[in-house]
Amino acid sequence: MSSKRLLTTLAINGIEHELALEPRRTLLDALRHDLQLTGTKKVCDMGDCGACTVLVDGRAMYACLLLAVDCTDRQITTIEGLAQADELDPLQQAFIEADAFQCGFCTAGQIMSLKGLLNETPAPNDDQILRAVTGNLCRCGAYRNILKAGRLAADQVAHPEEARHADSTH
Amino acid sequence: MRPFDYVRTTTLDETCQLLGQDGDSSVRALAGGTDLLTLMKKEISVPTQLIDLKRLPDLPSGITSTAQGMTIGTLTTMTEIETNVQLQEKYPLLAEAAAVAATPQLRNMATIGGNLLQRPRCWYYRNQLVNCWLKGGDECQAQDGENQLHALFGGGPCYAVHPSDLAPALLALEATVQLRGPGGERMVPLAEFYALPEEKRRQETQLEKDELLLNIHLPGLPAGTRSTYLKAMDRKVWAFALVGVAAIVRLEEQKIVDARLVLSGVAPIPWRVTAAEQALVGATANEATFAEIAEFALADAQSLSHNAYKITLAKSLVRRALTMLTDEG
Ligand SMILES: Cc1cc2nc3c(=O)[nH]c(=O)nc-3n(C[C@H](O)[C@H](O)[C@H](O)COP(=O)(O)OP(=O)(O)OC[C@H]3O[C@@H](n4cnc5c(N)ncnc54)[C@H](O)[C@@H]3O)c2cc1C
Ligand code: SF4
Ligand code: FES
Ligand code: FES
Repeated sequence: MSSKRLLTTLAINGIEHELALEPRRTLLDALRHDLQLTGTKKVCDMGDCGACTVLVDGRAMYACLLLAVDCTDRQITTIEGLAQADELDPLQQAFIEADAFQCGFCTAGQIMSLKGLLNETPAPNDDQILRAVTGNLCRCGAYRNILKAGRLAADQVAHPEEARHADSTH
Repeated sequence: MRPFDYVRTTTLDETCQLLGQDGDSSVRALAGGTDLLTLMKKEISVPTQLIDLKRLPDLPSGITSTAQGMTIGTLTTMTEIETNVQLQEKYPLLAEAAAVAATPQLRNMATIGGNLLQRPRCWYYRNQLVNCWLKGGDECQAQDGENQLHALFGGGPCYAVHPSDLAPALLALEATVQLRGPGGERMVPLAEFYALPEEKRRQETQLEKDELLLNIHLPGLPAGTRSTYLKAMDRKVWAFALVGVAAIVRLEEQKIVDARLVLSGVAPIPWRVTAAEQALVGATANEATFAEIAEFALADAQSLSHNAYKITLAKSLVRRALTMLTDEG
């Protein structure tokens, strides 16, 4: 049997997109194939890796286990939505400074999970940072530096001037 | 995933009617989708129509206090259960069970209703090339196969274990589920709601095809009651329980006056060990008692070819939980 396409409005990074989608289209495939937003990665497609993490109404979720048609009245943020013009998000900057990736395949997901954490807990402790990325696998094992990046970004959000100064002394 | 239609309904009655409409159960309810979509991607579940429960205005969501205890709406997420302060205070074992389940992303998506109704993780069941007994086939491949993760109790014809961490905690709390069908509502104790799969009902619950889960009701606990949920996993996070234990204890002057013990990861449904509970009542809380109770709780366990290690794990967890809960410090 074939199913009807549904006219679906997705609000992604503050911009509304109107798409005609089959109900079986996941949010992940809609982002990557219909909207060419390929920053969100597809690895397992089963909720087993975290590479596809996006924010839905501010909370981290796996885009591979969401139907796109199910996201119509929700605000979606992807890795493409973090930088403001030429200015990287503090988390993106922190990942560069802390050398928090090797191959980079898990990175967008790690950053989105930490973004979800910082949205709710602006000054997290180490346990909270580690817990926030428990749903993101890193095959390269960059975990220690991901923790460092989380700390850096949290500092930067809390004290923008001091944190920047501390970084420049490395 | 096979194609399907996606529908939003406006009333509970309409939803139940739609669910019941089709002879080959091809209309399914979608909550968080974290279990259903994985089954659909592997074509183990092939609905032709999904009803989005999250848009159904009358389907309850959220945690509320009642005169005696608390009520949790089916659409409440696992994150809400993990972080609700009143629930943490009154029923620590339930908040703990949510906190050690799955991952932050999944807990943000997954509902309590879906968690209770999720299907087994048995690798034969999840393999689309195998038509095992639970999926309507003739035999159970796990019984004499790779059964490392399988049942110690209640096995046969199916030896899969129930994957939920919330279910054992709720069973220990003697929760009741409120169901709604075309003919109205019914209240079912969780102890009856979960039932070993049988020839004519190859599923782990008594939920009818045209029924919706509405609420989970938690009775109150006497002051001074302590509880915990402990879970043994292959790794520290993001794993299903190899074995878990939900334990509730009330102590008066070093004597145990009330005890409940439910094991997870050991049977096709959460497994209450009533005889061990009874043996605990009146006993003095000390290591010797707990060691005896742990032996007693696992006395009827029947291991398969590769899962005897679970007996040792379960005994340790029972001892550890009881020690923690009766520690005066
Ligand atoms: C990688 C991974 C790891 C996991 N680890 C754990 C773990 O450690 N511990 C644990 O407990 N769980 C774990 N889970 C399971 C997860 O918690 C469940 O998938 C989730 O709770 C299901 O909830 P949902 O809202 O997404 O349900 P859905 O997938 O939407 O639905 C599940 C089933 O319930 C039915 N349903 C849902 N709500 C209702 C209702 N109100 N009335 C009638 N029928 C309904 C649906 O029709 C479907 O059959 C894991 C899952 C994944 C993918
Ligand atoms: S244990 Fe149950 S689910 Fe697994 S193969 Fe046997 S019948 Fe199927
Ligand atoms: S691609 Fe979604 S969790 Fe792996
Ligand atoms: S940097 Fe390679 S998987 Fe994480």
